[in-house]
Amino acid sequence: MPNMISLAQPQQRQFNPYTENGGTILAIAGADFSVIAGDTRQSEGYSIQTRYAPKVFRLTDKAVLAVNGFAADGNMFVKKVRQRLEWYRHAHAKDMPLRAIARLIQTMLYARRFFPFYVYNILGGIEEDGTGAVYSFDPVGSYEREACRAAGAAQSLVQPFLDNQIYFKNQTPAPGTSHPVHLPLSTVLALVIDSFTSATERHIEVGDGLEMYVVLSKGSTAFQSLGAIHGIQELTATEDGERVFVIRRELKKD
Amino acid sequence: MNSFAERFSTTSATAQMRIAQAAAADEEEFDGAMWGSDAGFGSLAKGVPSFSVPAVADPTSFLRLHTDDHADPNCRIKIKHGTTTLAFRFQGGVIVAVDSRATAGSYIASGTVKKVIEINPYLLGTMAGGAADCQYWETYLGMHCRLHELRNRERISVSAASKYLSNLVYGYKGMGLSMGTMICGWDKTGPAVFYVDSDGTRLKGDLFSVGSGSTHAYGVLDQGYRWDLTDEEAQELGRRSIYAAGHRDAYSGNTCNLYHVKEDGWKFIGNYDISQMHYDGPGDVPGAPGGGYGYDIRVEGRNSSNPPAVAAAA
Repeated sequence: MPNMISLAQPQQRQFNPYTENGGTILAIAGADFSVIAGDTRQSEGYSIQTRYAPKVFRLTDKAVLAVNGFAADGNMFVKKVRQRLEWYRHAHAKDMPLRAIARLIQTMLYARRFFPFYVYNILGGIEEDGTGAVYSFDPVGSYEREACRAAGAAQSLVQPFLDNQIYFKNQTPAPGTSHPVHLPLSTVLALVIDSFTSATERHIEVGDGLEMYVVLSKGSTAFQSLGAIHGIQELTATEDGERVFVIRRELKKD
Repeated sequence: MNSFAERFSTTSATAQMRIAQAAAADEEEFDGAMWGSDAGFGSLAKGVPSFSVPAVADPTSFLRLHTDDHADPNCRIKIKHGTTTLAFRFQGGVIVAVDSRATAGSYIASGTVKKVIEINPYLLGTMAGGAADCQYWETYLGMHCRLHELRNRERISVSAASKYLSNLVYGYKGMGLSMGTMICGWDKTGPAVFYVDSDGTRLKGDLFSVGSGSTHAYGVLDQGYRWDLTDEEAQELGRRSIYAAGHRDAYSGNTCNLYHVKEDGWKFIGNYDISQMHYDGPGDVPGAPGGGYGYDIRVEGRNSSNPPAVAAAA
């Protein structure tokens, strides 16, 4: 029928399942502890969706996972990792070692190589030898063990600061002295807080709240030199093993 | 040949028997899945990894839309890129040298990447292109090299290992994998280097360099390469070539990791800071000339702005 010519313009549709929810995460490994932190703001474009959406999750007593990028993918990914860890616990009657969790996360991310999770993961915790460790991942599963790593919206603000303060990049020790190999927990916590307050000042997607998870190696005395930390909460589930704590702080809300 | 046909054919009598036996074994009372986590093997319990694919008409263009940062720097998922890697064969074995920088767009995502993948004590793979693609498939290759050892009671040849990888990635051709790798090792035939990439190319050769800084590395490498290099000279050539690439290619740099493969397997030689090599050289290592590699360092007191005393007088 010649009068059935459509007047509609050609339309193009795309499958766009991803969005960016802002925020920043950060982890630092010490000699016998590990600190994993993230802000709690979740935003889309210029509007803040919520001021409290956790991005850091306790997986076991020796492993904490921070996720950043697309919040829906992140939450689903954490849920699936936890499920696999529970299955492991039922099969082997112990918690999965940290380096095995790291490899598990690689295979889980790579299984979605052709439909990626839009998530940057940072895994922190304690290795089987009792040392603090940080593993960082890209969205499709390439990973590396490091001493410190920032990811997310303000990674380009925070990482250079960490490089300078943790790896002592571009610093020359005074004659006759040397840089410390491992920093004490008090210094690390101060660096984490400074990183986030500074990122909040200069990045619109960072702010509202800060959650810092601290994982202590078995028998670690890292806390004793600190004195009382206000608002600290212990999340440890098992006796005489590694211990997990969370410290919450407020960040600016504008 | 006959045993070959029996093993791999799907229609021969023995093959039919084998299929029947496998089916019977599946019915066994306790299979791995009953232990909750597929006996701890997770997603690899079935042997072959399986991948989720988005339910769209063209999954490849979906992936390209969201991950390809060459075409669109604003795309969301940035996969790490940029590299210089090299490997060459000589009288004393194989030298493998790589840089350690990973970039996402113009941001240096990491300066401490391990771009040499230790497949097993006799095999090394290098990483160029997608970091995850190389890491994942070369680890997977390592599993199959071990299975080859158990089945055949001998180590896999470098040629067979590289062909396994090449066939594997060829199965994903056009789906967006990105890897350019050199599989290096020592087998019955002596030292061997194979270049394998995600297009399906597999080349045997004496000397390769892969990545954005490969042209710079080739310049130094080609100039200094001989089959009868000593171990020390060869290691120095690897270091010097990566330095040159790190110096001239913005997407390469930070540090150089150096490996040497000999008859008894590979050995990690060292990690060298590229800035330090520029000013002070690689330190007190065999083969190093002493002093920095940098032009301005080498010609101190002998250049146009600061000429030698004799030239100034003339």
